[in-house]
Amino acid sequence: MPTTKSLYGRRLTGYAIATAIVLTASLTLAFFYAPIEVDQGFSQKIFYIHVPLAIVTLGGFVVGGIFAIQYLRSGDTRHDLRSYTAIHQGLVFCIGALITGCIWAKAAWGQWWVWDEPTLVSFLIVFLLYCTYQPLRFSIEDPQRQARYAAVFAVVAGVFVPVNFIAVRLASPLIHPRVLGSSGGSLPSDMRIAFYSALVGVALLFITLCKYEMASKHSRAQLGALRRSVSGERDEPLATRSAAPRIAVK
Amino acid sequence: MSAARPPSTLTAARAVLYKELTLERRAPQTLTAMALFCASAFVIFHFALGRDELEGALASGVLWVTLTLAALLGIGRSFVADREEGGLDGFLLAPAPRTALLIAKATTLFIFLLIVGLLAALLFSVLLLGPTPSASQWASLALVIVLASLGIALVGSLIAGIAIQTRARDLITSILALPLLIPLLIAVTKASAPLLGLGAGTLAGRWLALLGLYDLIFGLLAYALFDYLVED
Amino acid sequence: MANIEPAVVCSQLVRLYGERRALDGIDLTLGQGRTLVVFGPNGAGKTTLLRVLATLLRPSDGEASLLGSDLRKEGWKVRSKIGFLGHQSLCYGDLTARENLSYHARLHGLAEPAKRIEALLDQTGLSGRGDERVFGYSRGMLQRLAICRAVLHEPQVLLLDEPRSNLDPAAIELVEPLIGAGGGRTRVIASHDPAGGLAEADLVLGLRDGAAVLLAPPAQVTADQIGELYR
Repeated sequence: MPTTKSLYGRRLTGYAIATAIVLTASLTLAFFYAPIEVDQGFSQKIFYIHVPLAIVTLGGFVVGGIFAIQYLRSGDTRHDLRSYTAIHQGLVFCIGALITGCIWAKAAWGQWWVWDEPTLVSFLIVFLLYCTYQPLRFSIEDPQRQARYAAVFAVVAGVFVPVNFIAVRLASPLIHPRVLGSSGGSLPSDMRIAFYSALVGVALLFITLCKYEMASKHSRAQLGALRRSVSGERDEPLATRSAAPRIAVK
Repeated sequence: MSAARPPSTLTAARAVLYKELTLERRAPQTLTAMALFCASAFVIFHFALGRDELEGALASGVLWVTLTLAALLGIGRSFVADREEGGLDGFLLAPAPRTALLIAKATTLFIFLLIVGLLAALLFSVLLLGPTPSASQWASLALVIVLASLGIALVGSLIAGIAIQTRARDLITSILALPLLIPLLIAVTKASAPLLGLGAGTLAGRWLALLGLYDLIFGLLAYALFDYLVED
Repeated sequence: MANIEPAVVCSQLVRLYGERRALDGIDLTLGQGRTLVVFGPNGAGKTTLLRVLATLLRPSDGEASLLGSDLRKEGWKVRSKIGFLGHQSLCYGDLTARENLSYHARLHGLAEPAKRIEALLDQTGLSGRGDERVFGYSRGMLQRLAICRAVLHEPQVLLLDEPRSNLDPAAIELVEPLIGAGGGRTRVIASHDPAGGLAEADLVLGLRDGAAVLLAPPAQVTADQIGELYR
């Protein structure tokens, strides 16, 4: 029988508040504390959103791959839900990173898209690959098989990301403003504070959204189970086609 | 007890490979379709580009786009015969290592891609290619085709294993394979461009290294993950 | 074969298809050399049960073991001892009967495949057409070939899903030595034929919506009870 106590979404409020505070603070820092960059001027401010979005996107895909491995090892469907959520939100953030990248390209080079920008091009390819995650899940009806195949995809795609970056980088000259150079020390300290706080803010936003999505999926599954038990139907959801993992309500 | 001993991976893979090749010999659908596709694509490129002769990067792009799309046909057909009368179940019921199926499928695809790749390259040089490659350039191109076929075969077997259980098999094959093959295609197009150019272009080592890396990584991935696709 | 270990043991066996419980807590024990006949309407879980026992599907919950090997963990151990006959022939239409059988013989690692294949084709009356491609076969011939394939490696346990469908009385006679009782074989048979099924059963299992609603020796089961399953 469904219980009313949810294990999901308990700390959601805390995360949401923390996200709001850190994001606001980091944007304040970015706009009012960090200096205007000499070469690019005010338009460089988008860096404080674009780069954290890009980093968190990749982080989300990596996390999705790790949960996928755990799912394959354990068969525990909660890992499937986590993997799904991380990749789903990663895709949303990826769109954000691509759009902010386009805006930055327009501001810096006068064009919405530049092909000799390896990171941006890599993101486009990664985006195209992860776009197939939902259609793949949707085309497999059996939930266990769907979860298993999605996990295989998540692992393959997770490994694909670095290979793709290497390939694209080898194929194009480097002209991206290397704000975080190989040494990591090329960023002035006042810029660095703003950047890292923005990174933390965007990462918190990612976690909050993931938690929110999982909580929402659980509430909906519980609501459905409650409704069925009230109306006296069999305590079993109807078979529906869905790309999202099924949630067993205990 | 019967005198049966579970076959080794290699024995089982050979049995499956022999079966695959016999099936293709009996009903040569996949290879002919792939080859015909390439020929038609070259004719279309001739008219679409409005050029009689291509060279360098453009030639490389036309050749590899054609071969990639032809490979999709082969990948899409890979498990079809096994689904029709439950042949996949037949394999799974046997005490043979699951990896044997991956090896056999990848080898079959590799052989098909190699044949089509070499045929298409010859046809391309007759129909569209402007410069005449030297013997060493031909050898280099053949090496690129071998490494590319290997990578496509490995990724293709994995994708075919995923796609066969889905409802929209053809769609899933294409949308999965194309982005996954982009790093490989970057390497092969860049590697082939100087070989098909006007000068005495040679093969750049870094593209071979990238191809080798790609083949290795996706070979290991396919090996590690294939069991999850066939076991239920 | 002085093994007292039961051939098939299921305890609280569950197999899920999504949220649907295709098998819902099956308990049964079948001794070696015995025959279990499974009745039930379409979709009751007969085929799922056979596929789980054949290691084609993993149990979602509970235990299932065959000849002492846990199917969840050691399925590979028993594959050479299982003969599975499903709804599909598992043969390739573009290969001949001999090629199909020798393919499976190689996958099973048989020592002398040619002799065994000829004997089987002879026994099922297929040897005259053994070099024809299978797609030209009638349903009945295909079923005979499928039976050859299932018993090719002389398995100890036979899992048969309506083994006599598509067979005429003469053919049923032909295949009887291969899939009938005897030879110490343990058999699990899914059947829709109450009279025939009861006659060859040592144990009867009635499935409905994945649950075992009937499990008894045939002497305690009437044809009416079986008819009830389908209502």
